[in-house]
Amino acid sequence: MNKEYIVGLLEKSERIDGRKLDAYRKITVENGVSKNAEGSARVKIGDTEVIAGVKMDVGEPYFDSQDKGVLIMGAELSPLSSEDFEPGPPSTQAVELARVVDRGIRESNSIDMKKLCIKKKEKVWMVFIDIYIVNADGNLLDAAALASIAALKNAKFPEYDEKNERVKYGELSKKSIPLDKLPIACTLYKVGGKILADVSNEEEKIVEARLTVTMTEEGIHGMQKGGDKTLSIKEIDEMVKIAEVRTKELRALIK
Amino acid sequence: MAYTKRLDGRKFDEMREIEGKVGVVKNADGSAMFKFGDTIAIAAVYGPKDLYPRFMQNPKKGKLRCYYDMISFSVNERKRPGPDRRSNEIGLVTEKSLTPVLSLENYPNAVIDVFVQIVQANAGTRCAGICAASLALADAGLDMKDLVCAVSAGVVDGKVLIDIDKYEEDVEGMTDIPVAILPRTGEVSLLQLDGKVNREELKEALELVKKVSKKIHNAQKKALQEKFK
Repeated sequence: MNKEYIVGLLEKSERIDGRKLDAYRKITVENGVSKNAEGSARVKIGDTEVIAGVKMDVGEPYFDSQDKGVLIMGAELSPLSSEDFEPGPPSTQAVELARVVDRGIRESNSIDMKKLCIKKKEKVWMVFIDIYIVNADGNLLDAAALASIAALKNAKFPEYDEKNERVKYGELSKKSIPLDKLPIACTLYKVGGKILADVSNEEEKIVEARLTVTMTEEGIHGMQKGGDKTLSIKEIDEMVKIAEVRTKELRALIK
Repeated sequence: MAYTKRLDGRKFDEMREIEGKVGVVKNADGSAMFKFGDTIAIAAVYGPKDLYPRFMQNPKKGKLRCYYDMISFSVNERKRPGPDRRSNEIGLVTEKSLTPVLSLENYPNAVIDVFVQIVQANAGTRCAGICAASLALADAGLDMKDLVCAVSAGVVDGKVLIDIDKYEEDVEGMTDIPVAILPRTGEVSLLQLDGKVNREELKEALELVKKVSKKIHNAQKKALQEKFK
């Protein structure tokens, strides 16, 4: 599929799969996909498939936040998911993906990190969220952010043996992670001068610029611009307007 | 205490529920999932494609490369993401277990990459990975002489049991014997052993694997037939 063809269609406000410019492909969210995780979810957006899992452990707090828990986010663009990805340590793209999802959750203060403290200065809960791409067909970021939030929402603390200071994995309590808000990422892409949501792999290859907007019910908490070209203030405003609508729809999928 | 009964009530020669499915990763040239109870493996095949760097190319035959990876939340205690010594070794033995069924001489200068990912682990992950990988190779439409069926046998207190789970793996004195068999000829392409057995026990274990491999083979054939329904 060549660039001229895609851009030619876009000039008529049409897309290669017949979608409207700001429409997503079919989205499914499936909770609890891995028995050994404290929380997990599988998100499919069109042919893009992502799984996210939450594992918890007890450890020491960071020096500068001694009464708060620890959140650690990782992402793997597994070579299983696309011929564009290769085995090896996380690529820059994977690191960016994890960090953007991480910031959305962290900066929105969605998790009450103080409630993850067991004993100030000594013991806190550490929450690991790991994202694995199973099939990559564009817009990985929105899928990864949605899967992470679904996995967090669905997670239960493991039982903790205070006396022996051991986490009893495999035994889940009824306690959920204190999640006050649901940060949702929506990425808008500029292709051929038009603004698109949820690009497929073919469209993503010719993206000029992109903007990820992470929102909760309260407003915007995170943004990340990518791509080699610029965006005008008018375009950014238009993108945020679309993100406001789409994040609301995406949030409704989290149960 | 003698091991007289299995915790989950299975018979000694009874596997957990098995299931195969092909086409689980759309981007791949071939892909499959294989399950032994709670152990779930997915595999994706990319290739045959040109092998780079070029000096590694062999004009007489293609190369098979297998990678094995456990996702961080596939196990109870979070596994640090990325390769380690264990996953490197399992990648290697997976390669060796699949090579005999491929006609690599038909793919000069090429490489076939097989990626195995363990989504959920409850022992027997390398065997589930090999079952999934051989299905994925078939799904990719490669020239194959046979499928590969793998399962772990266990020996404890002179008893031989099949498809041991995590609980059984940790039983005191359990010997773990992962085996891969080519179902048509009964030849063995993977054999590892951790523990202590005598010759009789080993023979019994291999015979048992050979017997149940028919069931795995059937599940694999069924998965491939589903594709064309």
